[in-house]
Amino acid sequence: MLTIGLGHYLTVSAILFVLGVLGIFLNRKNVIVILMSIELLLLSVNLNMVAFSAALQDLTGQVFALFILTVAAAEAAIGLAIVVIYFRNRGSIEVEDISTLKG
Amino acid sequence: MNWTLVLPELVLALAGLAALVAGVLPKRDTSFAINMGVFGAMLLAAVLVMAQPEGTAFAGQYVSDAFTRFMKLLVLAGAALGLLVAMDWNVKEGLAKFEFPLLLLFSSLGMMVMVSANDLIALYLGLELLSLSLYVIAAFNRDSERSAEAGLKYFILGSLASGLLLYGASLIYGFAGSTNFDRIADAVSATEGVPFGLVVGLVFVLAALAFKVSAVPFHMWTPDVYEGAPTPVTAFFASAPKVAAIALLTRVAAGPFGELVEQWQQVLILASLGSMILGALAAIGQKNIKRLMAYSSIGHIGYALMGLAVGSDLGIRGLLLYMAIYLFTNVGAFAVLVAMRRNGRALEGIDDLAGLGRTDPAMALAMTVFMLSMAGIPPLAGFFGKLYVFLAAVYGGYWTLAVVGVLTSAVSAYYYLRVIKVMYFDAGEALDARPTSLSVVLAGTGLFTVFFFAFPAPFLAAAQAAVAALVG
Repeated sequence: MLTIGLGHYLTVSAILFVLGVLGIFLNRKNVIVILMSIELLLLSVNLNMVAFSAALQDLTGQVFALFILTVAAAEAAIGLAIVVIYFRNRGSIEVEDISTLKG
Repeated sequence: MNWTLVLPELVLALAGLAALVAGVLPKRDTSFAINMGVFGAMLLAAVLVMAQPEGTAFAGQYVSDAFTRFMKLLVLAGAALGLLVAMDWNVKEGLAKFEFPLLLLFSSLGMMVMVSANDLIALYLGLELLSLSLYVIAAFNRDSERSAEAGLKYFILGSLASGLLLYGASLIYGFAGSTNFDRIADAVSATEGVPFGLVVGLVFVLAALAFKVSAVPFHMWTPDVYEGAPTPVTAFFASAPKVAAIALLTRVAAGPFGELVEQWQQVLILASLGSMILGALAAIGQKNIKRLMAYSSIGHIGYALMGLAVGSDLGIRGLLLYMAIYLFTNVGAFAVLVAMRRNGRALEGIDDLAGLGRTDPAMALAMTVFMLSMAGIPPLAGFFGKLYVFLAAVYGGYWTLAVVGVLTSAVSAYYYLRVIKVMYFDAGEALDARPTSLSVVLAGTGLFTVFFFAFPAPFLAAAQAAVAALVG
C-alpha cells in the first residue's frame, strides 16, 4: 500500500512552481494569465509550507502559509488595479504590446 | 515582550493610519499638510531609531543593534529626501495626492522591518510591504502610458521574485526546522553536514534579493521601470529601497548563512562582476538620462556587492560606507533630473541639460560634483566609497574583482563626463527656475559629497560598529 509522504507533496509543489514560472515566461497572450501564474507560484509555496509543517510537527509553517495567503490577496488586488490602469491607457492587455519602454 | 524596541516602527505605522484618516476627510487639498506630517513622522522615527535600545523582540523575530540603526537611518534619510524631491514635482504634474507621501511612509515602514528582520516571516512581510507600495508608486502617474507600463512590468517581475524568495524560504524552513535566523544558523553549523535542500533554498533567496537590488542577471526590469516611472519615484527607487535590500542581503548572508560563505561567495562574485561590467558598458549609448542612471545604479550595486562577496569584515564595512555615499550622491543627482523642466514640461534627455553651465551655474556645479563622485574622482565622496571596497578586495586577495572594478570605473567615467561636457560645452536654452525644496536637497547632498573627505571618522566608526554587531 502506497503511503503519501513528504516527498510526494514536495514533488507536486515543485511541479506547480515550475508551471507557474513557465507560465510567466512562455506566455505570449494575456496579462491575466500571468497574474494566474503568480498565484500558482504562491500556492505551490503554501503547499510546501504546510507539508513541511506537518512533517516537522511544527506550527510555524502553517502560520507562514496564512501570512502568504493574506499577502497574495493584497498582491492580486494591486496587480489587477495596475492592469486596469494599463488597459485604460493602452486599450490592450496583450503581452506583446507591453513594449513602449526599451533600448 | 519588549515593545519599546519597535517604537520607531510603531510611530510610522500610527502616523500612516492617521494620515489615511486625514486624507479621506472631506476637506479640500490636504496633500501639503500630509506631506509635511509624513516628513515629520520620518524625522521623529529617525530620532527614535538613534535612541533605540538593543536586543530582540517578538520571540526573536525582530532585532535591533548597531547594524539596524545604521541602515534604518540611511533608509529614513533616503525616504525623507525622496519626499522633499517629489513634492514640487507632484504639484506641477497634477499628482499632488495624499496617497503619495503615504505610500512612501508605508514603504519606509516595510524597509525598517526588512532591516530589523531576524526571521523569515518578518523578512517576507517587510519585503512585501515595501514591494506592494513600490508597485503602486511606479504606476502613480496613472494617466501616463509609460508610468502604467513601468508599474505593470515591475509588478510582474517583482511578484516572480517574491515567489522565488518564498520557495527558498519554504525549503530553508523545511530543512532547518525553523524560520528564525538564529535557529537556521545552528542548523547550518551542525557538525553532520549541511542538508542539500538548505543550500538550494539559500540560492533561491539570494536570487530574489539580487532581483530587489537589481544585480546582474536579475537586472532586466531596472532600465524600463526607471525610465517609465515619474522622475521623483525613480529617485526614490534608486536610493532607499536599494539600501534596505542590501541590508537584508547582508544580514541573510553574513548572519544565518555565515558558515556557508563558500556557497554564496561564488554567486555574489559573479553577480558583482556582471553588474559592474553591464553597468559600465550598457550605459554608454543611452540618450535618456533616467535610463543612464538606471544602468549607473546597476554598476554601483556591483561595486557594493564586491564588499559582501569578499566575505570579510573589512568588505562589509566598505559595503555599508558605499551604500551611505551612494544614497546621498544619487539623491542629489536625481534632484537635478527632477529640476529639468522647460516651459512647464518635464524633460529627460541628456541633451536637454545643454547650456546648464551658463544658464544655471549653481546647479551645473552640483551635477558636476555628483557625476565626478559617481565616477570615483578624488577627493569626492564616491572615491572613498570605491576605495574601501577595492581595499577590502585587495586585502582578501580577490584581484579579479579589484581589477575589473577599476577598469569599469574608468569606462563609466566616460558617460559621467559626457553629462558634464553637455552641460558646459553645448548650447541650450535655460530651464525653468528650480523650486526651493530642490535647492535645499542639492545644497545638502552636494556639501556632503564634497566635504566627506574632511569628516569620514563618524561614518567609519558607525559602519565599524554596525559590522561588529552583525558579525560578532
